[in-house]
Amino acid sequence: MAAFGYWRGVALVAAVFLAILLFVPAWFDLFEVLQMTQYVVLAIYALSLAYIWGFGGIISFGQAGFFGLGGYAFAVISINMGETTVPFLLTIALCFAFAAVLGYFMFYGRLSDVYLGVVTLVVALIMWKLISHTAGPEYAIGKARLGGFNGIPSIPIMQVPFTDREMDPGEMFQYFMGLLIFVYLLLHVLIRSKFGRIAISIRENEVRTGLLGYDIRRYKLMVFSIGGALGGASGAMWATYQTFIDPNAFSLEMSAKCLIWVMAGGVGTLVGPIVGVVALQYLSLKLGETAFMNNLVILGIVLVLLVLLMPRGIVPTLHDWLRKALALARQPSRRGAP
Amino acid sequence: MDYALIVLIELLRAVAGLVLIAAGLAIIFGMMRVINIAHGEFLMLGGYTVVLTTKLGVNLWVAILVLAPLFVGVFGIIVERCIIQFLYNRLLDSILATWGLSLLLIGAVTVVFGNTVEGVATPLGGFDIGDYKMASYTLVLIFAAALILAAIYAVLRYTRFGLIARSTMQNPNMAEALGVNSKLVYMATFGIGAALTGLAGGLLAPIAGVVPSMGIYFIGQAFITVVTGGTAIVAGTLSASTMLGTLSQSVTFLSGPVFGDAALLLVALILLRLLPQGITGRIFSRSL
Repeated sequence: MAAFGYWRGVALVAAVFLAILLFVPAWFDLFEVLQMTQYVVLAIYALSLAYIWGFGGIISFGQAGFFGLGGYAFAVISINMGETTVPFLLTIALCFAFAAVLGYFMFYGRLSDVYLGVVTLVVALIMWKLISHTAGPEYAIGKARLGGFNGIPSIPIMQVPFTDREMDPGEMFQYFMGLLIFVYLLLHVLIRSKFGRIAISIRENEVRTGLLGYDIRRYKLMVFSIGGALGGASGAMWATYQTFIDPNAFSLEMSAKCLIWVMAGGVGTLVGPIVGVVALQYLSLKLGETAFMNNLVILGIVLVLLVLLMPRGIVPTLHDWLRKALALARQPSRRGAP
Repeated sequence: MDYALIVLIELLRAVAGLVLIAAGLAIIFGMMRVINIAHGEFLMLGGYTVVLTTKLGVNLWVAILVLAPLFVGVFGIIVERCIIQFLYNRLLDSILATWGLSLLLIGAVTVVFGNTVEGVATPLGGFDIGDYKMASYTLVLIFAAALILAAIYAVLRYTRFGLIARSTMQNPNMAEALGVNSKLVYMATFGIGAALTGLAGGLLAPIAGVVPSMGIYFIGQAFITVVTGGTAIVAGTLSASTMLGTLSQSVTFLSGPVFGDAALLLVALILLRLLPQGITGRIFSRSL
């Protein structure tokens, strides 16, 4: 019964996403479609952290490391190969492998939460520093020059898979939205599988799960690598969406934004972070237009307030309030009953 | 021979640099188990204090040694009262909140002072070693780093406040039962950590460009040093700084500063794989 309710919720969300996929390109103008494509890409990025944090108890402060790596890897491979389908897949594989190697050192070293956060943070920072210092012509991989702070321009636009026809903005939106639905469903299947349940039990109680005979290091490594692959995929999508990537993809701000979206949406849900992306990106777009305040100031205030006032996230908190309100509304009638 | 001496001083400078930027963080982390992501911004505030007050005509040494630690220390106490005190024992939350604070500070300072590089001239000039010239200020940095470590050790080991602070960090409930106001101790400890960070920021101001985002350049090294060092403040900071500073400076000599940073991270990762609790988790585990 509970399982039925669970999948009903998932199906509902997927259906809403599908409706968005079908109708948005026809109903909205080009600028808005492009804007929404951005939200979709960032939503996949947010899901990469939402999954490892909410369903594996691994908190990564350097998720931008994977985002940037994905972007740069896609740029370099696709410029060299001149198409996009295989580079996209290669990028995902590369980010998975990178996460696996990094995860090996962290999980098999049995680093605690804090150290994990610091190490991932520093890895992203160092990657940012390294890639920022690649300005000279000697830093080139094949035909792609890394370009230091200026980044890599003219990255190929995503092509319809296995053809060389470039997608128009509407098609790209639909393709990315389709990927988002796929990732969303895939993660739910993963979470409900035996593997996912064990990962959740590790989040709940690492020692107990270990004593039950599961090799927690392996499970955490796997969860982290999946998160890395997803982060890389979103970075690649970002690169092809902008046809441009620069070192800011690795920046602390990028890592922080991801954490804020997930926190705001609620850790332990998958819809929440997607809502978080759309709401907060829209907010910072609107506030940015007024040039009233620096974007970092807003992000910082939001993060501090979230931690102090709503540590469980906006969606779960609102959910609780709603339930309390409903309970209050029902009470008089219950008292009236014989 | 002269060259060897230069290399030696440069290595010492790298170690001293790590000690300076990590000491405040080590106190806050080692004593209170709070990871302050805004650490880099505390350094930045120290740097700005020096730049702004010297522009107003304050003596450079007064600005570095008195005003920078004072201002950042007071600021740290305010931060502790407003944010950190609610987040003890909520480690991840404290990291997130201080991260928010870090973004807030970068943004606010950018709005007020603009995104331009400020600086003060490096004082004291230089001296000759054979054919080479060396900035005298380098020696000041090395001396200051040594002095700071010695001072932390002396305070923790020989004063009543050090004793109370150590006991509170070991067992806050027991310390409370014996009449210690642990809240006050936490507040003071955070303030001292922040003040030390401000001092470090002030000391670094003459050799580093002071920009709102300068913290980012230091924070990675500071964290890696503290994490690699483990919980013992003096021994951990010293051993990790020595090991990482020497290594990254050697790599820098051979192949440039960017790879120096990467080497620092790589060594730290391998070390943490071998010693997950940091150097002082296994070796010197009973030291301060």
